[in-house]
Amino acid sequence: MRQAGPKFETTDEVDFVIVGSGAAGGVLAKELSSNGFRVVVLEQGPYLTPDQFDHDDLHVFFENALTNKPQLQPTTFRKTSQDKANPQPAVMYGRCVGGSSVHFTANYWRFHEIDFIERSKHGPVAGTGFADWPIPYADLEPYYTKVEWEVGVSGLAGASPFDPPRSKPYAYPPLPVKSGGVIFERAAQKLGWHPFPAPMAILSKPAAGRGACVHCGYCLGFGCEVGAKSSTLASVIPIAERTGRCEIRPDSNVFRIETNERGRVTGVAYFDSQKRQQFQKAKVVVVSANGAETPRLLLLSTSKLFPNGLANSSGLVGKYLMPNSFLEVFGVYEHPLNDYKGAAVSRILHDFYEAGAQNGYCGGGGLDSRLAVTPVGFGLGGLPSDAPTWGSAYKSLLREYFTRTMSVSTHGTSLPVESNSFSLDPDLKDTWGLPALRVTYTDHPDDLKNTAFLMARALEIHQAAGARKTWHQPIQETQFFVHLLGTCRMGNDSKTSVINADHRAHDVPNLFLCDGSSFVTSGRGQPTMTIQALAYRAADRITVLAKRGDLSV
Amino acid sequence: MASEQNRRDFLIQAGAGLSAAWLSANWPAILSAAQHAHKAAQAVAPAKFEVLTPEQAVEIDAITGQIIPTDDTPGARQAGVVYFIDRALKTFASGQKEAFADGLAQVQAKTKELFPPVQKFSAASPEQQIAVLKALENTPVFGLFRFATVIGFFCDPARGGNRSEVGWKLIGFDSSHVFQPPFGYYDKDYPGWQPNPADASKK
Repeated sequence: MRQAGPKFETTDEVDFVIVGSGAAGGVLAKELSSNGFRVVVLEQGPYLTPDQFDHDDLHVFFENALTNKPQLQPTTFRKTSQDKANPQPAVMYGRCVGGSSVHFTANYWRFHEIDFIERSKHGPVAGTGFADWPIPYADLEPYYTKVEWEVGVSGLAGASPFDPPRSKPYAYPPLPVKSGGVIFERAAQKLGWHPFPAPMAILSKPAAGRGACVHCGYCLGFGCEVGAKSSTLASVIPIAERTGRCEIRPDSNVFRIETNERGRVTGVAYFDSQKRQQFQKAKVVVVSANGAETPRLLLLSTSKLFPNGLANSSGLVGKYLMPNSFLEVFGVYEHPLNDYKGAAVSRILHDFYEAGAQNGYCGGGGLDSRLAVTPVGFGLGGLPSDAPTWGSAYKSLLREYFTRTMSVSTHGTSLPVESNSFSLDPDLKDTWGLPALRVTYTDHPDDLKNTAFLMARALEIHQAAGARKTWHQPIQETQFFVHLLGTCRMGNDSKTSVINADHRAHDVPNLFLCDGSSFVTSGRGQPTMTIQALAYRAADRITVLAKRGDLSV
Repeated sequence: MASEQNRRDFLIQAGAGLSAAWLSANWPAILSAAQHAHKAAQAVAPAKFEVLTPEQAVEIDAITGQIIPTDDTPGARQAGVVYFIDRALKTFASGQKEAFADGLAQVQAKTKELFPPVQKFSAASPEQQIAVLKALENTPVFGLFRFATVIGFFCDPARGGNRSEVGWKLIGFDSSHVFQPPFGYYDKDYPGWQPNPADASKK
């Protein structure tokens, strides 16, 4: 299955080296190589192909087959900068060619217009660095459309009255509704709300050598064996390799971006699969290593000219971490739903996208109906917290509930708080001897209010639907991070942002950063669609600059 | 994919449900996935224990047999959870051998303490066994056994547990891995998405 791209020598100064092959890196690789540039993509994880994917929970969830490895890459967590951080798994991201787009759930709603201008509309929020984006929704619209058609998104245009304007319908019709989706839709309509078919980056029809969804239900956490889930591995990376100008180099762990005496980047140093140090020369470096590893790499790349880390004159590299809130509210119903079948989510609603404005806080969210749990996961934690955990009673509840349970999940805003951050741990090292990632995080009170508001709406849906029993996860402080947003934010002012609207580092003209770290606000969840729209737009901007000769060192 | 049989079912159903063009485009990948699954299935738990002593295996079988008991349906024993644990300790959980040995010692100590002169958990009556586990319910050792039992009961059978898919059958999980709607009771006869009718009447 693997397409053979070209091989470049490390001493060959390629046009672009891209760090990371995930949602953003894969798109940039495809666009830049298609535009005639020579590209090397360095991916820290392995190059897996669909025949190596399986439905084995142990492999995926306990052996971290597709994700970062806590044994090799420990992390630490603390609530505030006054605390000493404790070693604990705090971050999860995809670690294979395709990055997190391989294991994600594939929810692909677009951000709304408000997400880009909310600071102006809402006003300042105490304790935050709340800001507008330097680009409005309209600038990204063509690129959202490009994602839907090139990467592959299924959905129904015009079905949500809250959707932002779009120039084209979805590329594929919506995936089939599940029983949970029907329950959600009927109840939400009864309440006067506006449920609609979930936009999903999963093909509902076969196309371009990729299979249509077979509704196996193994999306969240797993790789797709039929290529229906629109990872960059399934969608754009094969196109990049077919240009003959893009090498995907797996098992390459970048630890330093090198700069010369003029403050320009010259390439990147990395450990290969044998832990040997290598150096790839490049005219331009693009970092798409995700919102945790992108700032970490900059902070690791100190030098005489950049004593606080590369591109960090603002001091904001790693700051303003936003993970999105997420909470599941479960209901059990009279008849079997079998919601373990099919893509995780089939119906969502955006009636509360701007709920905070009417309820005394800043933010809002979306709700969706889902069940994304395997039998192992259900056995370990699928029952209500007051249910028995072993013995005959446990067994009979499992038997009754597994096919009859669904969740209404809440997805919400995280406000940008400067002290919420990724930084280098002063003590703990990873297996390569590099400082481990340290997370500092305390939820903003508005984010918790928002979660409580959305949770109440989710309960209303279950009640309106006649659930026999409902329960929910507790509203907890966030200590585990999957959406990694805002940590090298975009802006026009080099004092209050790390990159400009072209994704170019304010401090380094031939360095670009593009991934979740570029976000200025968090949206209401489901960031990958916007990461990819940004990546398509960044590729256009970078191409213009490169063809104009602006990037020559 | 669970086993070779499941993989074969997958192929048959995929063939019935999908276009020929899709199949020809993806056949090499599926075939290679099938071989992968076949190899995994051959590696299913041996009849002999490789890490656990026979005495330890008897105790673990008894403990896991109370966590997911056999009643009108199969439990941890029929699922071969003890074989799953043995294999786990040999492979991906090799670092936990001591934790299991220590856990067994704690269970034995609690049995002796509560029900002298019974010397071993496996020798206690079912009621006594339940009482011992209840006494340990909130301890890490119980957490360890429960975690291993649940995983061994519901895991991919290629991992040595969930034999004959007894765990999946109990909860109604169909391992075909290829489905067509309707999936459940509530999406039967779904007429297709419509805007909220309440909005239409407002206009």
